[in-house]
Amino acid sequence: MSARENILARIRGAQGKPGAEPTAVDLDRVRAVMAHPVTGPQPAFAHPPDLLVQFLKECDRVGTTHAQVASDEGIPAEVARYLAATGLEPRLVAWPAFAALDWASAGIAIESRPARGDDRTGLTGSTCAIAETGTTLLLSSPEQPKVTALLPETHVCIVRRSRLLGTLEEAFALERREQGELPRSAFFVSGPSRTADIEQTMVIGAHGPYRVHVIIAP
Amino acid sequence: MQVQSMFFKRRASEKLADGLLQANMRKAKGKFVDARAKSVLEFGNWEPLRDYAAKLRDAALADLDAYLVEFEKNATARGSVVHWAETAEEACEIIAKIAKDNGVRKVTKSKSMVSEEVNLNERLEAAGVQVVETDLGEYILQLAHEPPSHIVAPAIHKSKEQVADLFTEAHGKPRITQIDALTREAREQLRGHFLSADMGITGSNFLVAETGTTLTVTNEGNADLVTTIPRIHCVIAGIEKVIPTLEDFACLVRLLPRSAIGQSITNYLTLTTGVKGPGDADGPEQMHIVLVDAGRTKFVGTDLQEMLRCIRCGACMNHCPVYQNIGGHAYGWVYPGPMGSVLTPVYVGIENAGDLPNAATFCGECAVACPVKIPLPDLMRKLRERQFEGHLRPWPERLGIHAWSALAVRPGLYAFAMKWAARVGSWLGGRDGLIHSLPGLDGWTKGRDMPAPSGRTFRDLYRERQGRR
Repeated sequence: MSARENILARIRGAQGKPGAEPTAVDLDRVRAVMAHPVTGPQPAFAHPPDLLVQFLKECDRVGTTHAQVASDEGIPAEVARYLAATGLEPRLVAWPAFAALDWASAGIAIESRPARGDDRTGLTGSTCAIAETGTTLLLSSPEQPKVTALLPETHVCIVRRSRLLGTLEEAFALERREQGELPRSAFFVSGPSRTADIEQTMVIGAHGPYRVHVIIAP
Repeated sequence: MQVQSMFFKRRASEKLADGLLQANMRKAKGKFVDARAKSVLEFGNWEPLRDYAAKLRDAALADLDAYLVEFEKNATARGSVVHWAETAEEACEIIAKIAKDNGVRKVTKSKSMVSEEVNLNERLEAAGVQVVETDLGEYILQLAHEPPSHIVAPAIHKSKEQVADLFTEAHGKPRITQIDALTREAREQLRGHFLSADMGITGSNFLVAETGTTLTVTNEGNADLVTTIPRIHCVIAGIEKVIPTLEDFACLVRLLPRSAIGQSITNYLTLTTGVKGPGDADGPEQMHIVLVDAGRTKFVGTDLQEMLRCIRCGACMNHCPVYQNIGGHAYGWVYPGPMGSVLTPVYVGIENAGDLPNAATFCGECAVACPVKIPLPDLMRKLRERQFEGHLRPWPERLGIHAWSALAVRPGLYAFAMKWAARVGSWLGGRDGLIHSLPGLDGWTKGRDMPAPSGRTFRDLYRERQGRR
């Protein structure tokens, strides 16, 4: 008997079910549960009158800075302002979706490639954002490398106003509707990386970015 | 990790006498408890959420076999290889073989308690593989050659000065003691390892059956680097971690970080499903998932099964007056505090961990704090009953319990005995009303004084009150 059979047989035996393999009836039962996901209790603030207000409140709490622009054309200027105000050099690696913006006029040198260990600032988009917790969702794909949000010390993330949702459950429903299945990586980011492993004292900037700046665009 | 739980009493006494540990524990005391209380209050409908989550976990466990098989099917469909390990040794062998077959020389690791259970690092190092722990707390402990003393904050027992000493020795840099600078130094030391590892090993907070997804809930970002950069990602997870849907994860992740450290969400939720897709710039070429039993099925179908609901938040130990005073190492195995006092005796044998279910005041705080409503004191009591029935407790204790039970079923004799016990106790208390030593029962008085009884029993006082009416 394999380890798999032994483990399954032990579980089934302890629960009064014969054999080492779930029956068709057992599998139908759990498949029915999985086919109709149920949402549990949510806090009142997951359904606020204004999603943006709630999202920005949570961003402030988790230490994500934010700005809003009227159109995509405004993104380079806002990035330039942010980098200058933070004392960072005007240079970034970005997801290809944003490479065509007019970065030169804003004085920013941009490279459209996945980030490496020594890149300082990474620019990414997001699939959606979640107001309940001030979270952005980044899904992996050839055009959406995860490392760009992870390796540089500063992560600038573009959020679409129209893709602002209330909860994690809504994000999963959107994902099922649009993609059918999860990509290799679904990465939910809520603020800069942190640790409290030394004397339970919170320090911003562990292994991921020190700074997360969200730009909300239409 | 080697089981030392049979030496609990001696170890607990040593920890109580360890001035440095006591100072470090005092510093930590209350921080997590206060943060949790604040975030629970803010959440609003916390109790309905706990009720819902407990039911959700029970439903998943009731069909554990079917959910595991579905998880396996869906993970395999995405290119993951699912392995099953009955024992700790099997889990280690599987992972060591993956490393060997792929010429792995360096492993980066994100915090995993099940890997501590099975002694994975030792096994890999014995095979010549370099293992680098990347969670800051675990990294500190790897340098110190110590096991974690808390499941969420593994180095809670270390002061920043102790960390500074370890870093100075390991990194050969000038000694610094500021916490943010120490954190930065660790980041710089570990960055090269992240980029050069051949294999990343993580645990998985939950296994999502619907999608075949493994996931980590973290703040540091280390798990993300470990799952993204190396060419092989290996997950090691207990079989009880399986949940049906992503929505169930959404529910449980509202409970987990709030219960653990009072955060509404951790910085990163990292869901990994299968291998790197065609054209993907990052992600592993191979994904292995090792499902570990190692004692878990001993809970299934028993009166202790509720323990398998556990989502490993650490709230029970944070709220435990015993843990707060002795720290995690005294418990002698991977899982300290109330959850460990139930898990350890079943995993490693009750004969090796007999004192743990007794290491509780039964104040009930752990059950109140538990996000999935595990009745921890009840489970510890059931283990005490098993010990008593199995004649596993020392004879004076057994004799005492027999004597007590003989008294308790004879009301007249009980009243008489209590009357004398109250008088003698009061006399022993002397002028300050404290009993400093009890002959034969010095385990109670060695570390603390016992308040002396007033000299009169409750029955006396009650009779007097009734008479007055």
